[in-house]
Amino acid sequence: MPVSSYLHPTAMVWDAFELQERAYFPDGTEVRPIAEPPVLPKAPAGLRLRGVEKAFGDNRVLRGIDLDVPAGQFVAIVGKSGCGKSTLLRLLVGLDEPTGGEIDFIDDGGDRVAPDARIVFQEPRLLPWFSVADNVAVGLGDGVPKAFARREAELVLEEVQLSEKAKEWPAKLSGGQRQRVALARALVSRPGLLALDEPLGALDALTRISMQQLLTRVWRELGFTAVLVTHDVTEAVHLADRVIVLDEGQVTLDLAVPQPHPRHHGDPELALLEGRLLAAVLGES
Amino acid sequence: MTTIDTFSEGRKLRRATSGTPRTLTEGTLTEDRTQASQNPPKGAADSVQATAGKPAGLRTISRGTWLPYLVPVGLVLVWQVLSSTGLISDRIMPSPVAVVAAFWERLLSGELGRDVAVSGARALSGLLIGGSIGFLLGIANGVSKLSEQLTDTTLQMLRTIPHLAMIPLVILWFGIGEEAKLFLTSLGVLFPIYLNTYHGVKNVDRDLVEMGKIYGMSSWSLFRKVIFPGALPSIFVGLRYALGIMWLTLIVSESIAANSGIGYMANTAREFMMTEVVVLALVIYAVLGKLADVIARALERWALSWNAAYQA
Ligand SMILES: Nc1ncnc2c1ncn2[C@@H]1O[C@H](COP(=O)(O)OP(=O)(O)O)[C@@H](O)[C@H]1O
Ligand SMILES: [Mg+2]
Repeated sequence: MPVSSYLHPTAMVWDAFELQERAYFPDGTEVRPIAEPPVLPKAPAGLRLRGVEKAFGDNRVLRGIDLDVPAGQFVAIVGKSGCGKSTLLRLLVGLDEPTGGEIDFIDDGGDRVAPDARIVFQEPRLLPWFSVADNVAVGLGDGVPKAFARREAELVLEEVQLSEKAKEWPAKLSGGQRQRVALARALVSRPGLLALDEPLGALDALTRISMQQLLTRVWRELGFTAVLVTHDVTEAVHLADRVIVLDEGQVTLDLAVPQPHPRHHGDPELALLEGRLLAAVLGES
Repeated sequence: MTTIDTFSEGRKLRRATSGTPRTLTEGTLTEDRTQASQNPPKGAADSVQATAGKPAGLRTISRGTWLPYLVPVGLVLVWQVLSSTGLISDRIMPSPVAVVAAFWERLLSGELGRDVAVSGARALSGLLIGGSIGFLLGIANGVSKLSEQLTDTTLQMLRTIPHLAMIPLVILWFGIGEEAKLFLTSLGVLFPIYLNTYHGVKNVDRDLVEMGKIYGMSSWSLFRKVIFPGALPSIFVGLRYALGIMWLTLIVSESIAANSGIGYMANTAREFMMTEVVVLALVIYAVLGKLADVIARALERWALSWNAAYQA
């Protein structure tokens, strides 16, 4: 069954209905011939937020957020449930419009660039009727030649250590593996910024630790800007360069985590930072 | 041995369950699971008995194979005996052998092939026309709010009219020719396909649709990669239900008036009191109905093989 999923009816019928095969990516860059090496990481995109607000009716969820994220940084956002973390991420990736303020994507020099973000949710949101590789290829957008898309997908799958599952159905994977496929799908177009909304929240403790290591490694190899929302302060201080605490729609703490990678569980300095963060999240500072 | 036993029991039950009409795939899924999980004790008990006796395994398995056929084969035998001894008059019921003979004779003369082809073509064209209309309306109303508001209430109202009750009107409109049969069959299959397609599209995971939009899918891509495959299990439920209605409608409309087809064969045979041909017609309807269902199910298993519930 898994061996032939490329020959599966759904795949075959869909291929037949592919409207037109362009030799260009959606952004206009030409698609390279199959034999060339993988796409080089694009330049990371930083963020500049000025007075960002979001209200749902009378519910003022975000109340003026100012934030500068340099290109390539790994930022973690923590905060109580319902404080607006997901809302903020959805604004960053353009899923919703802010009701006030401005969000700009910037390059190394601080100049504005085109928005270039992807998002990974807590649930992987894979298409159960597509093979793992085809799910990843969804991340390249419409109109990319099939053979190219699959090859590109397999390269990213290698990155998240899932090459051998390329032709499987998502239903055959574990929770951690599915989340890695979702990560690969988000990264296959080499975005400048990756937003992650509690991506490891549904995984068991051991899987979570290995996923954290994987995330750190992928971030360092591909060099995108990462914005991670998590409810786990330990996770935040282990992964991020900087942790931001959100409370009642405002930034209440902005903490640098200068420790070099790889970081080890049980590092006393990290534990100290963790304590400060926890106090801030719980409103005890 | 226990595993073999449990396995075959499980498959049998699964088949039996999925044979009944379904309204919701999920419902059947859980049903299958509960039935399967209730199995092991039964299978285990069987094999304990088997080991307590002697030759064991083989007997248990083969019993499972022939036992279901015992009753039907026995009934046919009894029927044949009763007919041969004259206890049942062949005015009322022909003997099984007579039915087989009628089958053979009509098969060789080519009449049977022609009648089956005519009826099959009527059924298929009705399915194609009514099914396409139902499918397109289901998709349109599932995807577009405007289309839904415009037509869904109307369709839900029309659906409550039993389509066979329209026969007098249909005869007035179309006479008793092919159009009448085509119209009735199309009308019959339209609603189950419409309802299940609509339901399927409406129930496609919203998160997946949002995901498709995040990755910049065009409406066409979103339809063919997310919405249609997501609705497909439900569409198949509608198709299989529609197949039943398709044959039923055809049988009724062919017996009103026809000059070819299986219904015509049965009706002319009735005039000449050839009961064996009447019974033959019944058997053929049953075989055609079963065949259509088997094909639909094979198609379903093939197209939905990504779904664990349909994996062999
Ligand atoms: N689409 C929406 N419509 C109305 N209210 C919303 C919507 N999305 C989020 N909210 C509200 O915004 C608040 C913050 O939600 P969210 O950003 O999901 O919090 P969290 O920090 O737990 O991710 C909640 O009070 C929630 O009810
Ligand atoms: Mg959230």
